Amino acid sequence: MAVALARRQMERWRGSREPRGSDGMSNLVRHRLFWPVAMLLLLLVGNLAFTPGFFAIELRDGHLFGALIDILRQGAPLMLVALGMTLVIATGGIDLSVGAVVAISGALACQQISQLGDQGAVGGVLVAVALALLLCAGLGLWNGFLVGVVGIQPIIATLILMIAGRGVAQLITGGQIINVNSPPYKAIATGFLLAVPVPVIIAAALVAVVALVTRRSAFGMLLESVGGNAGASRLAGIRSRQLIIIAYVACAVCAGVAGLMVSSTVSSADGNNAGLLIELDAILAVVIGGTSLLGGRFSIAGTVVGALLIKTLDTTIYTIGIPPEVTLLFKAVVVVVLCLVQAPAFRARFARRRPTAEVSA
Amino acid sequence: MTKVETRLPAPTVPRRFPLRQKYLPVTATAVLISLMYGLGVINYPGFSDTQIVLNIFIDNAFLLVVAVGMTFVILTGGIDLSVGAVVALTTMVVALLLENGWPAAVVLPVALLMGATIGLGMGLMIHYFEVQPFIATLAGMFLARGLCYAISTTSIGIDDPFWVRVANAQLWVGGWFITISVLVALVVVLIAAYVLAYTTFGRDVYAVGGNPQSAMLMGLRVGRTRIAVYTISGLCSGLGGVLLSFYMLSGYGLHASGMELDAIAAVVIGGTLLTGGSGYLLGTVLGVLVLGLIQTIITFQGDLSSWWTKIFIGLFLFVFIVLQRAVTRRRR
Repeated sequence: MAVALARRQMERWRGSREPRGSDGMSNLVRHRLFWPVAMLLLLLVGNLAFTPGFFAIELRDGHLFGALIDILRQGAPLMLVALGMTLVIATGGIDLSVGAVVAISGALACQQISQLGDQGAVGGVLVAVALALLLCAGLGLWNGFLVGVVGIQPIIATLILMIAGRGVAQLITGGQIINVNSPPYKAIATGFLLAVPVPVIIAAALVAVVALVTRRSAFGMLLESVGGNAGASRLAGIRSRQLIIIAYVACAVCAGVAGLMVSSTVSSADGNNAGLLIELDAILAVVIGGTSLLGGRFSIAGTVVGALLIKTLDTTIYTIGIPPEVTLLFKAVVVVVLCLVQAPAFRARFARRRPTAEVSA
Repeated sequence: MTKVETRLPAPTVPRRFPLRQKYLPVTATAVLISLMYGLGVINYPGFSDTQIVLNIFIDNAFLLVVAVGMTFVILTGGIDLSVGAVVALTTMVVALLLENGWPAAVVLPVALLMGATIGLGMGLMIHYFEVQPFIATLAGMFLARGLCYAISTTSIGIDDPFWVRVANAQLWVGGWFITISVLVALVVVLIAAYVLAYTTFGRDVYAVGGNPQSAMLMGLRVGRTRIAVYTISGLCSGLGGVLLSFYMLSGYGLHASGMELDAIAAVVIGGTLLTGGSGYLLGTVLGVLVLGLIQTIITFQGDLSSWWTKIFIGLFLFVFIVLQRAVTRRRR
């Protein structure tokens, strides 16, 4: 065991002593987003082999169409949920309640719209959307309060809302599926703006905002410091409690926007099934993107790649005609392979076999 | 220096309760359970029947076994999300093999071995390739559920005579009865409690959870311990699956959905820290009792719609955790 420890330390030193920039290819491979991006490209190329016109994007009636656009559009909700999840995970927490929040957001919006006299009224829809997002922010505040102020372990604190939230969503819809017929609401998921699908624009805008706020201000660094060591950060004068609450609120609002998209896609709200298991996909996306679940380090770009990777995987399963019974198996295999190639220990094992990587002990 | 002076200085705040700090979370849970039970007895006629308590064990024997495995994993600071899926897979495999005429004496070990093997695989992945436990076991969960659907998308019934006999057997003690599953679960709890408290392996589990680096520098076998706890969790899931197949007399890919969260909740409610290194198996038993008690109270209430049930479970959980938190904080 001590030998393994020493070896690992040695590898770390060796890594840092290697001249940087002299070998572009090796640096590229060592970049922490290399493997997820490579996997994403591999999946896309694999799709091309099965569907010749996979990369084709055409402009029809001033709207962009194509398989790649579909992946972006269908991946937008997951990307948003994963985006919020990244912030929470950066603080060393986790949010299991996002799936329930997705359901609640769609439920409240649809319930409000269904009571409008004119479901096509833009103003009424905006009010409904604003109410839904406000409720989601409140739910995030609740999670943040439990974790940051009461001090409950995040997985349990958010488990409460995960269980109760589904009930709340069904309570709002009265236990039924609410159908709405509202063109402005439908536009959230199916509309186009300047030829680009609206959900893609919304997702891109939110990603840009979060990336700017976290990386162009101290906010991201403060989040990482709270995730690294909450106690030390507080002693250093950082208001970790407030930061934790902000992270959970942001996560819930992102999930709320995703919930609007999900329910808008089908113009209905289903308290039971909307956003089911999206929390697992979101956490997976975040981790594939190189963010540690232990907190203290996060990558927005990684999360975007991770979310796209998962959605591409889902699409691939359909396009290459894998029977629905074994889709989960396929997913498991891909996740395992991806985790293994990403694991430094796995790569080290292979590198050691090669003579170039020998260490003079 | 005399012997008396070498003793630690007395705490400045006089202790009203001769309670050691480390037993506080478990004690708090026990007190709150008693309160909850008392509430049930006062509010609902027939609640005080001892059989009600035994029924909680009967209905949750499989959860108890799975939560025992989860306790080992969480004590090392890990987490196992695959348990529900492995339980479902076990019911599925058991049902499939019995349907094909395999004898029960072969099916039982096969089921347990399968669970342990899946756990071992995840443990190897976590230790040797440093994949985060959450992700490795999530992959295990996808794999096990995927295998379920690959076997069959519909439910397979079990009509093996041995299985039916075990499922229907009632062990009468006085005026009350328990099932064989409860007996199995209690034996598992006792063995696990002994292992954790009195064996080298048990101390290793706590040490690894407390601080893996220190444990490694002390010369403890961190890797072996870590792999072992996931194998134990897999084995417990396999056994839990067998117990569930007694309870349901069927195998189905949708069985035990969300059970991983129940198991994690039970362990955490029992006072075990998710960061590892601190907690007791007794706490896990109490945690399972809390979840069972909540279900029972809701059943006794009877007039709740399915969504109010979910909201109430969440509320109960919330009240319980906050009270527990308040109790342990004040006496610190």
